[in-house]
Amino acid sequence: MTWETVIGLETHVQLRTRSKMFCGCSAAFGAPPNTQVCPVCLGLPGALPVPNGAAIGLAVRGALALGCTVHPRSVFARKNYFYPDLPKGYQISQFDQPLATQGALSFLSPERGVVTATIVRLHIEEDAGKSIHDRFAKATAVDLNRSGVPLIEIVGGPDLRSPAEARAYLQTLKQLLEYIGISDCDMEKGSLRVDANVSIRRAGDSALNTRTEVKNINAFSFVEKALSVERDRQIALVESGGSVTQQTMLYDSKENTVRPQRSKEESHDYRYFPEPDLPPLVLTPEFVAEQQSALPELPAAKRDRFMASYALSREHATVVTSSRAVAEYYEGVVRAGAEPQAAANWVMTEALADAKDHQEQLRVTPDALAKIVALVKGGTLSNQAAKRVFTEVAAKGGDPRTIAESLGVIQVADTNVVAGWVTDVLGAHASEVGRYKNGETKLMSFFVGQVMRASKGKADPKLAQRVLEEKLAS
Amino acid sequence: MSDAKAVADRLAKVKRLNALLTPLKDLRKSLTAQSAAARPTGVLYGMPVAVKDNICTLEFTTSCGSRILEGYRSPYDATAVAKLKAAGALIAGKTNCDEFAMGSSTEHSAYGRVLHPFDKARVPGGSSGGSAALVAAGAVPAALGSETGGSVRQPASFCGVVGIKPTYGRVSRYGLVAFGSSLDQIGVFGRSVHDAARVVSVISGRDARDATCEDRDPLRLPTVPESLQGFVIGLPREYFPPELDPAVRRACERAVRVMKEQGAAVREVSLPHTPYAVPTYYVIAPAEASSNLARYDGVRYGPRFNGSADLRALYRSTRGQGFGPEVRRRVLVGTYVLSSGYYDAYYRRAQQMRALIAQDFRNVFDRGVDLLFTPTTPSPAFKAGEKLYDPVAMYLSDIFTVTANLAGLPAMSLPIGRVKGLPIGGQFIGQAFLEDEMLEAAYALERVVPATDEA
Repeated sequence: MTWETVIGLETHVQLRTRSKMFCGCSAAFGAPPNTQVCPVCLGLPGALPVPNGAAIGLAVRGALALGCTVHPRSVFARKNYFYPDLPKGYQISQFDQPLATQGALSFLSPERGVVTATIVRLHIEEDAGKSIHDRFAKATAVDLNRSGVPLIEIVGGPDLRSPAEARAYLQTLKQLLEYIGISDCDMEKGSLRVDANVSIRRAGDSALNTRTEVKNINAFSFVEKALSVERDRQIALVESGGSVTQQTMLYDSKENTVRPQRSKEESHDYRYFPEPDLPPLVLTPEFVAEQQSALPELPAAKRDRFMASYALSREHATVVTSSRAVAEYYEGVVRAGAEPQAAANWVMTEALADAKDHQEQLRVTPDALAKIVALVKGGTLSNQAAKRVFTEVAAKGGDPRTIAESLGVIQVADTNVVAGWVTDVLGAHASEVGRYKNGETKLMSFFVGQVMRASKGKADPKLAQRVLEEKLAS
Repeated sequence: MSDAKAVADRLAKVKRLNALLTPLKDLRKSLTAQSAAARPTGVLYGMPVAVKDNICTLEFTTSCGSRILEGYRSPYDATAVAKLKAAGALIAGKTNCDEFAMGSSTEHSAYGRVLHPFDKARVPGGSSGGSAALVAAGAVPAALGSETGGSVRQPASFCGVVGIKPTYGRVSRYGLVAFGSSLDQIGVFGRSVHDAARVVSVISGRDARDATCEDRDPLRLPTVPESLQGFVIGLPREYFPPELDPAVRRACERAVRVMKEQGAAVREVSLPHTPYAVPTYYVIAPAEASSNLARYDGVRYGPRFNGSADLRALYRSTRGQGFGPEVRRRVLVGTYVLSSGYYDAYYRRAQQMRALIAQDFRNVFDRGVDLLFTPTTPSPAFKAGEKLYDPVAMYLSDIFTVTANLAGLPAMSLPIGRVKGLPIGGQFIGQAFLEDEMLEAAYALERVVPATDEA
C-alpha cells in the first residue's frame, strides 16, 4: 500500500514592533521576567486594549506579500480559555472575519518541483505569557513580558505532501517574511512557531482523512523529524487495522517521538465572540496602498530578475537571493563592476562561508569583492591567491591590491622571470622530464605545480604551462 | 468648596445606610490629603464625588462589591477619576454596589445590602445603590455610578435623585471594571440636573486608552431654556403597559402635562421590539460578563481560596467561593450562550435583536421626535428580599432602562413625584451624542415638575 501524506501548517509569526499589540509596553525579547508589563497586558481590572497601528501595518504587508485579499473590515474576537499565563482569561484574536484570506506561496518542493500552496487566512492576535515549569521546584512561574506581543497567524491549506515539503514551505515562508522585514522569524526565540495538521490517505485518493495536530515543534530542524514521526505513526496505526483519531500530538525532540496531549490540556470550546472592547478594524484603501508601496521586491521576483538580468542559473539565482541582505550584496558587487557569474561564484562560496562564521556579517565590501574579482580576471591574482586576499580583507579591511602586494601574491606574468623558475624546476626533476618526453604528458600538471611552488604561488599558471610546453618540446 | 472634615462628617452621618465601603478613618485621611493637593482652578474644585466600587481609584480599594477582589488596590486611576481629580474634585470614598454591578437592588453585594435612605426596609435600587443613596441622603452632591442595563437610572429613580447615563462612547471606560463591555458606561448621580451634568461634562471626552471612546470634545453644558418650545417629545406606548404602577403612571402624566404647558409637542410613538429587550440583554450582558470575569482566577491578584495545590482546584475554589450566587448565575448563563452549538441560537440572535431595537429608536428619531419620555421603572423602590430569590422579577425592574444601553443612547432619570413618600422617576432617552438636548429638556422639566409631591 502506498500512502500519501497531507500536511497543512499553521504558522505564528511575531511582528517586529517596538511595543505590544494592545498597550505601550516594550515587545523586546529577553528582559528580566515581568518587567515589560502594565495594567493592560497584565489584564488588571478595568484596563482596555488599544490596537497598535504599526503592528497592523506589518500584518497587512505580510498579507500582501502572500498575495492575500486584505479585507477592508475585519473583526477582533475573544478566544476564551483558562490558563495562568493568559491573564485576561481570553486571547484577543480574529475569528470569522480575519484580516486577510486566500493567498498563495510558491516554493520548490524537493519531490514535485515548484508547488503553489494556498494560504487560507492570515489574522492578527496577541501572544500569551510564558509558563516556566522548570525554574522552581513544585511551582510554575509565569512571565508576562510576552503577554500581548503582536502575532500574525498564517494558516496554510492542506497542500503539502511530505515532511520535506513542509520544511521547504516553511523555509520559503520564513525567507519571505524576513525579506519584507516584518519579523525576525527566529524559532529559538519563539518569534516563529509552527503547528502542523497531518493526515494520511491512499495514494490517488482526493478526500481528506482525519487529521492530528502536531505541536511543540520548537526548532527548524525538528519540522521534518516531527512530521515524519507522526506520519509513520499514522501509517502503522492504519496498517494494523486502527484508525486515526483527531487529537493534538506533542513532539518530544529528545526522544524524537510524539505523544497525545493529555485531555486536560486539550483545547476546549473557545467560545469565540466579537471583542466588544475594540471596534471593527477598518482599513482605508490609502493605508493598504501605503503598505503595498513599503514592500520591497519579493524573493521570487528578485530570483527571476537575477536569472534574466545576470544570466544566472535558477540554482545560483536562488542562492544569491536567499536573503535580502545577500541579494543586495550581490547586486552591489555587480554594480561595482564585477562580471555577474564570477560575482555569484564568489558570493555563494567565499562570502557566504565567511558570513556563516561571523554572525551573518558580509565583511568584505561589495567594492572590495568586485576588485578581487577583477584582479583574478586580469590575471593579477590566482584563484588561490585571491582567496587569501579575500580572507585578509575580510579580517582587516583595506584595498585588495595593496593587500595582495603586501602578501606578495601578485602573479608574475613576466615570461623571463617565469622562464627562470621553469628552468630551475626542469633541472631539478630530470627523471620526470625523461618520462614526459617518453609520452607521460600528464606530468605537465606536476611541473606546473612545482613552478607554482618555486614561485611561492606568484607565477601565472597559464604562462607557466606555456613556457613549460615550449621548453619540454625543445 | 467644602473642607475635608465637613465632607467626611456628612458621610459619617449616614453610615447606617451601608452605602460607603471605605472605612471612615481612611476616608478622613485621604480627603485631607486630596484637599491639600486639589487644583483651585478646577471647575469642580472642592466638590466631593463618591465613586462606585467598580471604578478604579488609586485611593481606597476597588473590590466591585465582591469577595474575589477584597482588598484589591488598583495601581491606576480610571480616566473618569483622573479627570475628576484634574478638575479639583475630591474622591469621597467608594460606594457599595451589587457584585460586579450585577443586580438591581444592591442586595447582591458581598459587603451587605444598602438601605434605602427614606425607608430602611426598602432597597435603593442597583447596581449603583450606594452612590444613589449617598446623594439622596445629602452626603455628597454627586457620585459616579456605572450602567450596563440601568444601574444608574433605576437607583436614581428609587432614591429621588438625578441619574445620567451618557451615550456609549461619550465617557471613557478605562478603569471601569468591565461587566458587559458593549453596554457599560460610567454615569453620574446628582442632587440636581446641573450637579450631575457638570460632572458628566468633566469626565466626558476622548481617551487614547479606550478604543470605544469617541474622538469628541467633552460635553458642553447647555443653558437653561426659557421653555420647551420647539421640543418634540415622544411617548413610546410600550413603556406605559396596563400593569404599570398607577402612581407611576399618574406622575408621568403630570410631567407630560407640565411639558406641554412649557410648549413641548408631545406624540405617542411605538418602539415595537421593546418586549424583547430584557431577554436580549440577559443574553448579551452575561455572555460578555462570562469572558470579562474570567481573569478573576486567584492567580495574579485578589484572595486565593484554599485548595490551590492543583490548578483546577485553585480555579474552582477561588471562583466558587469568591463570586456570589448572582455572578455565578450570570457567568454560567453567559458561558452557555457562547458555547458552540448554542451561539447561533442565543448570542447571534440576541445581536440581531439588539440591532432591531436600535433601529426602533432611529425610526422614531428620524420622524422628527427629539426625545423620548417614559417612566424609569415600573414601580417605586421595592422591599428588601422581595425579589432576591426571583431573578426574573428582579431583571424585569430594568425593563424600561435596558433599551438605552442596548442602543447605546444617552438617557437620564429625574424625580417627577412621590407615592407614599417614595420617589418616582421619569426618564428621558435622547439621540446619540445629543446629551445637550436631553439636558435642556431636563432643566426645563426639573424647574416646574412637583418632584416631591404625591402623584
